[in-house]
Amino acid sequence: MPFIPHTEEEIRQMLDAIRVSDIDELFSEIPGGLHSGKLTSVPSGISEMDVGRIMLARSRQDGHYINFIGGGVYEHHIPAAVWELTTRGEFYTAYTPYQAEASQGTLQLLYEYQTMMSSLMALDVSNASLYEGASALAEAVLAAARARKKLNKVVIPRTVNPRYRKVVESIVRNQRIELVEIPFSVTEGTIDIDVLRAFDKGSVAAVVVPQPNYFGLLEDVDTLTDVAHELDALVIGLVNPTAMALLRPPGRWGADGADIVVGEGQPLGIPLSSGGPYMGFMCCRNKYVRQIPGRIVGRTRDDKGNEGFTLTLQAREQHIRRSKATSNICTNQGLMVVAATIYMSLLGPEGLRRVAARCHHNTNILLAKLTAIDGVYRCFETPFFHESVVRLDQPVADVLRAIEAQGINGGIDLSEDYPELGNALLTCATETRTVDEIENYATHLDRIMSRRSLDPPCAEKVAG
Amino acid sequence: MLIFERSRTGCTNPSQAPDDDSDISGIPTSLLRAEPPIIPSVSELQTIRHYTRLSQKNFSIDTNFYPLGSCTMKYNPRACNKYAMLPGFLNRHPGSSDRTGQGFMASMFELQEILRDVTGMAAVSLSPLAGAQGEFTGVAMIRAYHDANGDDQRDQILVPDAAHGTNPATATMCGYQVKEIPTRPDGDVDLDSLRQTVGPRTAGLMLTNPSTLGVFERQILEVAHIVHEAGGLLYYDGANLNAIMGKVKPGDMEFDVIHMNLHKTFSTPHGGGGPGAGPVGVNERLRPFLPIPYVIDDGGEYRWAVEEDCPLSIGRLSAFMGNAGVLLRAYVYARLLGREGMQRVAEHATLNANYMMRCLEDKGVEMAYPGRRATHEFIVTLKSLKEETGVSAMDVAKRLLDKGYHAPTVYFPLLVPECFLIEPTETESKEELEGFVGALVEILKEAKADPEMVKHAPYTTPVHRLDEVKAARELDVAWQIPEN
Repeated sequence: MPFIPHTEEEIRQMLDAIRVSDIDELFSEIPGGLHSGKLTSVPSGISEMDVGRIMLARSRQDGHYINFIGGGVYEHHIPAAVWELTTRGEFYTAYTPYQAEASQGTLQLLYEYQTMMSSLMALDVSNASLYEGASALAEAVLAAARARKKLNKVVIPRTVNPRYRKVVESIVRNQRIELVEIPFSVTEGTIDIDVLRAFDKGSVAAVVVPQPNYFGLLEDVDTLTDVAHELDALVIGLVNPTAMALLRPPGRWGADGADIVVGEGQPLGIPLSSGGPYMGFMCCRNKYVRQIPGRIVGRTRDDKGNEGFTLTLQAREQHIRRSKATSNICTNQGLMVVAATIYMSLLGPEGLRRVAARCHHNTNILLAKLTAIDGVYRCFETPFFHESVVRLDQPVADVLRAIEAQGINGGIDLSEDYPELGNALLTCATETRTVDEIENYATHLDRIMSRRSLDPPCAEKVAG
Repeated sequence: MLIFERSRTGCTNPSQAPDDDSDISGIPTSLLRAEPPIIPSVSELQTIRHYTRLSQKNFSIDTNFYPLGSCTMKYNPRACNKYAMLPGFLNRHPGSSDRTGQGFMASMFELQEILRDVTGMAAVSLSPLAGAQGEFTGVAMIRAYHDANGDDQRDQILVPDAAHGTNPATATMCGYQVKEIPTRPDGDVDLDSLRQTVGPRTAGLMLTNPSTLGVFERQILEVAHIVHEAGGLLYYDGANLNAIMGKVKPGDMEFDVIHMNLHKTFSTPHGGGGPGAGPVGVNERLRPFLPIPYVIDDGGEYRWAVEEDCPLSIGRLSAFMGNAGVLLRAYVYARLLGREGMQRVAEHATLNANYMMRCLEDKGVEMAYPGRRATHEFIVTLKSLKEETGVSAMDVAKRLLDKGYHAPTVYFPLLVPECFLIEPTETESKEELEGFVGALVEILKEAKADPEMVKHAPYTTPVHRLDEVKAARELDVAWQIPEN
């Protein structure tokens, strides 16, 4: 049987030692009526070779598309060494580092990660990661509400990723927190700051400030931070980590900087993989360290005076505090942090900055090529990082479908989440896109749109 | 040495980054970063050597036996990793259309069906990102169910005192009060106390079976009856599913909702603390509340269920669809095992635990529940050793590291003094089990002969016993550039 090492002889010896006649006798405490029959929906076991055949066929079926989709997770070059190292058995098959002396590799790596991440965000502290970006934002909202004990109102602008807003709603719903949405300027694509100014001082626990926002646009983070602080609200920054190699980090926003910062760590060396596993990051100022959830690694000494690393501030966590813990979370995304840390080390500060700059550069080219097409317009003139919105003169879903038939993923159709923007398409070109690929996208889009405007109803015909 | 201490300004890896000729004039200079972050400037080889050496300071399943109770540290087959990391899977953006993910979604649909069968539930959603999020999902569904019935006076969740810390923490996150139910000396739930506690305020009971005490809760059907009679629902914490896979289905034990830890039972890697995956299964009455997305077979074409398909859903728990790559690994594992292999998992996990327990008992080691059959794990108590020598369970755990064994789970469950929760799993050989027994027995002798030596263990690990109090008091969680 797969992965069971015993011979028949050994099984016999073990049963004899236990003093039972067969394995079934070991289950004698289970009431008789509960023994189930065969697993009818589980197929019989197959060999590694046969599983390989199935998986290879399925991965080929999913094909290869030239990707212009962003929307929170992004295609980036991942150096070969990142996953060669990350999947080493000593990282891949290690447990949570509760036994510090037997886990110094993972613990030191986490400490290095915390250093890089908190410095990238210009804040004091980073935890050792959370599940992914959206649930990290939910945890930040909960942490802010704990820090501002008597307040339960948290402002989330509509320029925050709509999926993130839904996840936050699902997670904080039962903790008496009121999520207040504020609108954006339909011409600028950024938060309407006057709406924020109109809140009463002392009525808001926290304000979420995205940078860049879901449309890829750069918010006026300095004013937003200062206005939120004037209201006595905490500022929760929601940022793209690649962007922070180029842009002013949240710890330096406005007069006092953001208080808590979260985001999706996927751009740091983690593959897209149909949605996960990714990692959420969370950083904060020293004064909030006891409010944030998740593991934190500290540097200390052993009884011989040698430097070493251990999990710390565990009194916040569920295995100690039980119903009074800061969160029920008991994992971080350890292996993803290994990848992110090695990715950042290989790129270095300069490499990371160049990646960010090239993403911006390529998206600039993409926007220029696309808006040169009849019926395609820039939706906003606001500065962007590596993603922006164009408006089409026809429904986006049909166009995307036709583009997909050409092996291109063109972007995200915003018309359902943001009907006020009309036929809006969110599109992105990271450093992985070549000028040829961008031109190819533009050529197909031009052809598809002009044919569709002549002969509108049938996308398939164009695709063929 | 930290990677930052190897950093030299100007050291770059040009093959990993684009040229420095990008036009960023479109970004206002006032928004640009002024000072570079503390990210090291090191060569590719320096990076590789640094992290390879760090990895060698870890214990891992690949290098050491890991009898961590309740954590199911079994072999993680390499095939699962290889086939989840095929380029077609890795490169697919989650925002792309369902049409471009039929191969991936077929695997997810089949995994849902497999887990449905294993648990005996009516439907499964794969989206929760970890066990704790699966728990949150389960309790949130219980709450949504009562709310939908207008039954909103139910504000209490019951948990046995032996429960994992995540159970009460989760109940709190869902806005519930937590009531603990005591355990009897034989390890089963105290039914009288349960009867007195349930009532119109009971939303549900969270239970692990086999329990965290390493025994099967024999009165499970009575427990289910009492909770259901009171109008509450029964939640199954799937932490110990490895003990019963293919033998007993939680659905047959009348549980209404369960979560599974795929990083335990389905052998996806622990990765030094994640990522996990915590799918949930429900019976018919909770089906409308399942979190989105999950895969629907829509006349031969797979698609994700969205809000419109399930208006009562508790909603979305991650930006996309859960830890897809972890789920793929679990799927490959399930196909390798098949239905017969799954049954053998529970059988051999139980065989190994009972064999170790018997070997230890024969050497005079004290069991917490001596009259009971071990499930896939069991509890040793070192209370008398502590009284006799001052050597604690933690000291013995640290000394085990010196002998090349990862320590078992220590001080959990909280109600057994000086305990070890030992779970060998089905993938360990008889020889390995005997090696551990020998090491533990030897340490118990050492503790009597030279208690001070054991109290200061470990000696062979990269660092000696660490000062955790100092770590918390003088918080140092990020390296700073030293001032000259």
